[in-house]
Amino acid sequence: MSPFRLLRPFLLLLVGLFFLFPIFWVVLMSFMTDQAIFSSPPSLFFKPTLQNYAALISGHLETGTGTLDVDYMRNLGNSLLLAAGSVIVSLLLGVPAAYAFARFKFRLGENIAFTLLSFRFAPPLLVLLPLQIYFQDLGLYDTYGGLIWVYQLITLPLILWIVRGYFEDASEDIEAAYRLDGHSWFKTFWRIAIPLARPGIAAAALLAFIFAWNNFIFALILGSSAVQPVTVGALAFITASGIHYGQIAAALVLSILPTLVLALYTQRYLVEGLSLGAVKG
Amino acid sequence: MTIVALTSSSPRHRKLRGAALLPYLLSLPSLLVTVGIFIPFVTAAIYSLQRYNLAIPAARRFIWFGNYVAFLSDAQFWQMVAVSLAYAVLTVVIELLLGLGIALLLQRRSAVNNFMNVALILPLMVAPAIAALMWKLMTNPSFGILNYLLTLIGIHHFGWSSAPGSALATVVLVDVWVYTPFITILLLAGLRALPRQPFEAAEVDGVPGWFVFFRITLPMLLPYILTAVLFRMLDSIQQFDIIYAMTQGGPGDRLMVFQVQAYLQAFTFTNIGRSAAILMVLWAITFALSNLFINRWLALRARARALA
Repeated sequence: MSPFRLLRPFLLLLVGLFFLFPIFWVVLMSFMTDQAIFSSPPSLFFKPTLQNYAALISGHLETGTGTLDVDYMRNLGNSLLLAAGSVIVSLLLGVPAAYAFARFKFRLGENIAFTLLSFRFAPPLLVLLPLQIYFQDLGLYDTYGGLIWVYQLITLPLILWIVRGYFEDASEDIEAAYRLDGHSWFKTFWRIAIPLARPGIAAAALLAFIFAWNNFIFALILGSSAVQPVTVGALAFITASGIHYGQIAAALVLSILPTLVLALYTQRYLVEGLSLGAVKG
Repeated sequence: MTIVALTSSSPRHRKLRGAALLPYLLSLPSLLVTVGIFIPFVTAAIYSLQRYNLAIPAARRFIWFGNYVAFLSDAQFWQMVAVSLAYAVLTVVIELLLGLGIALLLQRRSAVNNFMNVALILPLMVAPAIAALMWKLMTNPSFGILNYLLTLIGIHHFGWSSAPGSALATVVLVDVWVYTPFITILLLAGLRALPRQPFEAAEVDGVPGWFVFFRITLPMLLPYILTAVLFRMLDSIQQFDIIYAMTQGGPGDRLMVFQVQAYLQAFTFTNIGRSAAILMVLWAITFALSNLFINRWLALRARARALA
């Protein structure tokens, strides 16, 4: 036991370094000029600059060959719109369904619930390949609405299964008592069931937001740069020639910052959400 | 007599029917929205039975299982299967061993461990595509910090994702960075949910630590391990984001896993039929895995609910 005791802080340090260092390094890089980035050996002592972020926000990137107009702020806005829109739609659709699955034993109910879950595990391209052709016919290609619809494949199962767990955990007695007072079913759902499950609903919504934000393949296939989120936008960034590396780093930092902040908020629910309620956090 | 019975039971019957409809009404919108997704699935299955190339639309026709039969003698197909399996097995095994080790390290609650717990969440919340780009910067040949560290131990010009010999290891490394925390936090929750008595009894009896681990901890943790492994396997065999963002399947066809190959077949070579057939093969694999997973997951979920 004692050699392990001695090893323990060392191992912890190693684990911490491996998982945090990449984020730390990219954040540092985003405050460097290209000159500082290319300096060898790399140094922690450099004069930090905000010009990478300023260039990204203004949309005019100075490159070796001239000015390049890249509207990365639009990608950020798209990410926000797609993720928030998908979560709102999923909440409207998923919370009543979750309540139905939790409170009623009904034929087909489990089948429906599993059908929704099974979408979580099918290869996304299998659906995206025909959709890419259909969406062009339907006029949904390259639209926010079309993408938000497809994003339901990610956000809806997550919200449905987590919120279902919270409804199942809440006691039915309170609802029954409220109904005995002569209140309608809807009022019971709205006034009693939802407030009791609110922490679960909030956590599920935040997690679904993170997952939608991090999605890459849907918008890569179903949209052009006008509607594409940061995940796809950042890839275009790194393959374009002449863009300063500090600006690429700044773009990556901007793309991960919102989810990291949200994750710190939701960490208590994270285990449960990630495992669709299979493990309590 | 019969009339009375009928009239008295009639309103109750109606009320029951109303209540019976309610759950369907509540879940119908969710279903409708996702059923729209079922149609493309069927379409994809039909595409996979066709010779269908967008570049030569006139040649489009049904060839039944022609695309699948062609796979049997297609070296590119088997290379893809081999790479996908190698990627899935490597990532899952490494992530399980590392994830379990870290979970054991963090098992006891303390200030440091709680901090580490939070820190571990961060990589998991980075979009896999973005994580690949971060590591691409770190392995950049002219300024990448990892290259600098390698020169300190005498290795120069390491190719990382652009060299055939190290490409697979590099994307596996990124996957390990993103997803090991997933296994860790799942197993950590599992470890903390285990009953105390067997461990206390073992301590009283002076049972050695390794024996406790292999005979008590590991067997009791097994349901959590299996769930985590199946879940990761399902994602890993379909990995697209990390590989596409890092190398787009290259160098050569070194990293052509299922979805990357299918993406390139469809959107670069406009060969829709072949792409759909590749995806159907992948779907068959994930369908089998997800059935296994869902059974495991249901058992665990029932237990989590019972413990709560």
